[in-house]
Amino acid sequence: MSETTTTAGTGQLTQPTPAGRVDWHVTLPRVVASEWAKLWSLRSTPLVMAAMLAMAAFGAIIGHNTRHPAGLAPEDLVASGPLQGYYLGQLLIGSLGVLVVSGEYSTGMVRATFAAVPRRLPVLLAKVIVFTAVVACAMVAASVAAFFIAQAFLSGYRPTYALSEPDVLRVVVGTGVYLTLIGLLGGAIGWIVRSTPGALVTLFAVILVLPVLLLLFHGTRADHASAWLPTGAGAAFSTSLHTPGELAPWTGLAVMVTWVAAAYAVAAFLLRRRDA
Amino acid sequence: MDASSLTKRYGAKLAVDDLTFSARPGIVTGFLGPNGAGKSTTMRMMVGLDRPTDGTVRVNGRAPHAHAAPLNEVGALLEARSLHPGRSARSHLRSLALTSGIGRSRVDQVLELVGLADVADKRVGSFSLGMGQRLGVAAALLGDPATLVLDEPINGLDLDGIRWIRSLLRGLAAEGRTVFLSSHLMGEMAITADHVIVVGKGRLLRDQPMADFLQEARVETVRVRASSIGQLARLVEGAGAAVELGGDAMIVEGLSSDHIGTLAAGAQITIFELSPQSASLEDAYLALTRESVDFRADDHDGRLGHAADMSSDEGAA
Ligand SMILES: Nc1ncnc2c1ncn2[C@@H]1O[C@H](COP(=O)(O)OP(=O)(O)OP(=O)(O)O)[C@@H](O)[C@H]1O
Ligand SMILES: [Mg+2]
Repeated sequence: MSETTTTAGTGQLTQPTPAGRVDWHVTLPRVVASEWAKLWSLRSTPLVMAAMLAMAAFGAIIGHNTRHPAGLAPEDLVASGPLQGYYLGQLLIGSLGVLVVSGEYSTGMVRATFAAVPRRLPVLLAKVIVFTAVVACAMVAASVAAFFIAQAFLSGYRPTYALSEPDVLRVVVGTGVYLTLIGLLGGAIGWIVRSTPGALVTLFAVILVLPVLLLLFHGTRADHASAWLPTGAGAAFSTSLHTPGELAPWTGLAVMVTWVAAAYAVAAFLLRRRDA
Repeated sequence: MDASSLTKRYGAKLAVDDLTFSARPGIVTGFLGPNGAGKSTTMRMMVGLDRPTDGTVRVNGRAPHAHAAPLNEVGALLEARSLHPGRSARSHLRSLALTSGIGRSRVDQVLELVGLADVADKRVGSFSLGMGQRLGVAAALLGDPATLVLDEPINGLDLDGIRWIRSLLRGLAAEGRTVFLSSHLMGEMAITADHVIVVGKGRLLRDQPMADFLQEARVETVRVRASSIGQLARLVEGAGAAVELGGDAMIVEGLSSDHIGTLAAGAQITIFELSPQSASLEDAYLALTRESVDFRADDHDGRLGHAADMSSDEGAA
């Protein structure tokens, strides 16, 4: 190391980059490229793989266990039955969404990031774009895989579903979309809360605790409120079974998207105002 | 780079108090002050990480978020580690480079320059303090910036590293860049910086060429012991010097030893001792900042010490 460290070769700094010749402007596509590289240079892939595995495994287990329809709950019999691995999957993908953002804060990387992109909002946008692209592909693939694995177990025992049947494609792709939106919600909470434990607790409170809390206030109002939560609204889109009080599928999707968008609006507002 | 009425308040704590100064291209500007003086806060505002409560800071005439090519304008090494320990040095720099379309060859170049080429693919988490600091310097240089803002760059560097960074910074300034670095080590600054800005408790105490600062700091006194010390004291005072008598000796300020000796000979006074003493640079710096020290370092970490000035915001705590 000594050779390079004791002699400061500053001359080589300027030579290749005479001022004015370089285009080192920050653009959204460039920030997207940076976030893409960041995502893959960390150990985030295991979380995505775990979520995909959970989906596939549940598809197999549920497919195997529901071969004989007698005495089964209605939600196990419908097309979305084998996709119930989403419940575990959303915890994994939600955590990934949180970590992609809160990791920047816990490590201090965010200071380097924002020194490079002082306008900040392109970073938030780029993270959304990269996360959506990667996770949507992975989760839709996982959901489709879970669906077909289950059909393989079911064939010969009871009638199977095909993607071409009404609403089946919506439910299968919708589960992937639901998981992606939960991950994005985790990201927004990450930007708002910034600390990893705080953001994880907040996300889990929103997707796990809040719906259960509303169950305690049993009554039509609470049931209605629950249907409007991100999870309740999203479930209306990603499950085949339509329960009373639940939103219509596409309304449900719109409501969930609105939640996520609202969370990002708050995140963006705070991001511009706060010290990094 | 210009700061104008720059002010930052954290709750009740006034971290930076109405600072106005500028740093010019072509020279190294040293930013000095005791712990908690507000150096790091000022530097974070320069890069746009902290938002000033009041006032502005402009680099090349623009606010930090108004640069089209930020890494090409300002390169920063901040106090706290700003990297993800799970990445390699190369991928850390690469991810920053990508935001501005800076190519791979430039990443390799700065890795080479800071002496990390051999460990470029090791996880940053395994780096020593000094290696982390070198990586921070590499990140600051990545965009070939016209202005460099470095918060205590010699922290954690060995002697070799200190020499290296000193000549690096001087070289960068010689290339016409603005180099702005903080430290609380007066001696180090005296060697590296051409211009010095001293802050204490967020307020500007000095803003002058280093040469002037050194000139003012050089308070020369002469210690004298002589046969009739009282008589010599009167003679010396008559010649316009300040005298501090103590027993059979006195300290004279404002008159050279030659002059004192001549006066004594003229009055037939025997000199026993005539020794010029110069206050150190550190003494001058300490005297300057003493009244504004936020935390007295009476143990290892200054911030754990008592508040020296009971009128400070945290004095009662
Ligand atoms: N994020 C923050 N929130 C609250 N107070 C802060 C924050 N950052 C700095 N301070 C306070 O502002 C003051 C100035 O801190 P700063 O870190 O800028 O000093 P410094 O000159 O860099 O000191 P040092 O030589 O120890 O690095 C201190 O009293 C510090 O406690
Ligand atoms: Mg500091």
